[in-house]
Amino acid sequence: MTLLKSREAILVGAILLLLALVASRFPGFVTPSNLVAVFTDTAPLIILALGQMVVILTRSIDLSVAANLALTGMVCALINVSFPGVPVPVLVALALGLGALMGAINGFLVWKLTIPPIVVTLGTMTIFRGVIFLLTNGSWVNSHQMSAAFKAFPRENILGLPVLGWIAVIVTLILGLVMSRTTLGRAFFAVGGNPHAAVYTGINVGRTQFLAFVISGMLAGLTGYLWVARYAVAYVDIAGGFELDVVAACVIGGVSIAGGIATVGGAVLGALFLGIIKNALPVIDVSPFWQLAISGAAIIIAVTFNSRAGRSKGRVILKSAEHAQ
Amino acid sequence: MSLAETQQTAARHIPDRLTTPLARTFKSWESLLLLVAIGIFILNSFASPYFLNAWNLSDATFNFTEKAMIAFAMALLIIAGEIDLSVASIIALSSTAMGVVMQAGFGTPAIVATGLVTGLLCGAFNGVLVTRLGLPSIVVTIGTMSLFRGISYIVLGDGAFRGYPSEFAWFGQGYVVWVITVELTIFAILAVIYAVVLHKTNFGRAVYAIGNNATAATFSGIRVERVKFILFLLTGLMAGLASVCLTSRLGSTRPSIASGMELEVVTMVVLGGVSILGGSGSIPGVVIAAFVMGLVTFGLGLLNVPGIVMSIVVGALLIGVIALPRIYQNLRRS
Repeated sequence: MTLLKSREAILVGAILLLLALVASRFPGFVTPSNLVAVFTDTAPLIILALGQMVVILTRSIDLSVAANLALTGMVCALINVSFPGVPVPVLVALALGLGALMGAINGFLVWKLTIPPIVVTLGTMTIFRGVIFLLTNGSWVNSHQMSAAFKAFPRENILGLPVLGWIAVIVTLILGLVMSRTTLGRAFFAVGGNPHAAVYTGINVGRTQFLAFVISGMLAGLTGYLWVARYAVAYVDIAGGFELDVVAACVIGGVSIAGGIATVGGAVLGALFLGIIKNALPVIDVSPFWQLAISGAAIIIAVTFNSRAGRSKGRVILKSAEHAQ
Repeated sequence: MSLAETQQTAARHIPDRLTTPLARTFKSWESLLLLVAIGIFILNSFASPYFLNAWNLSDATFNFTEKAMIAFAMALLIIAGEIDLSVASIIALSSTAMGVVMQAGFGTPAIVATGLVTGLLCGAFNGVLVTRLGLPSIVVTIGTMSLFRGISYIVLGDGAFRGYPSEFAWFGQGYVVWVITVELTIFAILAVIYAVVLHKTNFGRAVYAIGNNATAATFSGIRVERVKFILFLLTGLMAGLASVCLTSRLGSTRPSIASGMELEVVTMVVLGGVSILGGSGSIPGVVIAAFVMGLVTFGLGLLNVPGIVMSIVVGALLIGVIALPRIYQNLRRS
């Protein structure tokens, strides 16, 4: 019964319903090869949503992920243009490091200067984008300037799924382990659930939030390289406004914006839900201009839904104490 | 966040001797800002020979008048502990609605009314979601930020509305006397109205009370949800008004109009000394912050600095103005 009522079950149901609706008119949409393509296309959103989930869980928000992605992607592309010999694993490590550094800047400002996360990341969002402009003077890095190995990595096919898709799977598994099996994962939940109680259990609240930002930044950096390599182009505005989709995926996935409530499965399903809508729109012949409004409506509906679901959750655990009052 | 607050409250000491009102004025955030504004003004006049020219300065006011109109209402909203990130999207939707009405052949009064009413409706939508359904305003307005601009994209696609009537241009391009623009006049009138409402009326007191402690405000007989709803309405209305001015000034509507402006509005409010956590701030502060931001962007513009680099400055300002007092406090404590 609880299984049927869980957010994940509802989302799986909604996704299946969505697929069935599209398939009823366009059976080609649900062929295995197309579903793999849809999953791969949604992989960046899944990776970013998982990072954002950790941040939101600790009562923060990271609006700078898309700008972080664009800056890291641009740096990787510029390095590839200047030094085509740098191997892809080095670039991936660099992307992770640079992304983590930008996450650490956010985290540091939140931790040490106790500036509200929304202010910090609104600021760094514009600063990171501005830095891309300073690096490039607004010029593009195009497909023909990038080396073949640079572009091939995310598309490399292993067992029928491109590397980009596999990375999303691996990140999901790693975060699943971190959240459920490590003290750090427990600390994220504790800080979000009740920061005062977390302090008394010996958790450093600021440091935990800092680490959440580092994780989010690191994943944004990784996605930056993958994004630029996959679309084979880098410019100032790539993934513009994508941070809203990422937050939307989390909210749809049942992550409470007040902190303390989140599941890895929810975040992944939330991202998949948005990804399927995005891929289905052109198939059912709806203009891509509808995308933004649909994302917005999805956020509002999901957050309304979250608050309703949250209200019925409370239960009395000490009946006698309740009666004594 | 809330934890740090309690620590700060615990560390707050009560001085032996109370400061005189004059000393307080000199030490206030507003006077510091005013000094910064004067400093930037002097720097600018040395940096560019074109700065000290009445017409150029009049042109420079467009850098902040529209944003400041929204910033006044946003200041009240943030003081009351809420936020509205959808204001730039409300501008887009209002502008689109005005375009539709214009294309249907209506005159200037109908166009302006449409812009204002659309803003009001958007504000009401945000307000209902936040106050009736009890949803967090950050998420609601991130959602409506996509939704409102999304509707503009659905209506316009990659097209644009052009051909507004010539009388309509008065709002964004007209002058009242000499170099005093219509927008600057609206800005000045609104500044006085908002200052009086916030600092001299019961409603203003209620806004501070809600921001400091909503529960205590409820028990002192303030209708918290109603006040918040009115503030969302006001913010929507101001965004509608800003949309009228901006559309009139540009003479066209594109769905990407005013994109990213919410950031500049929030920056202006925070720069003006309004606490992002709610409960404190003043309208004079916001007015001076508007001038500071206008002067900075105008000065950089005269030096041929591209817009995206200015946005770095805005972003750094936003973080810097909050960070600096805290760094100073940390240093003094240690």
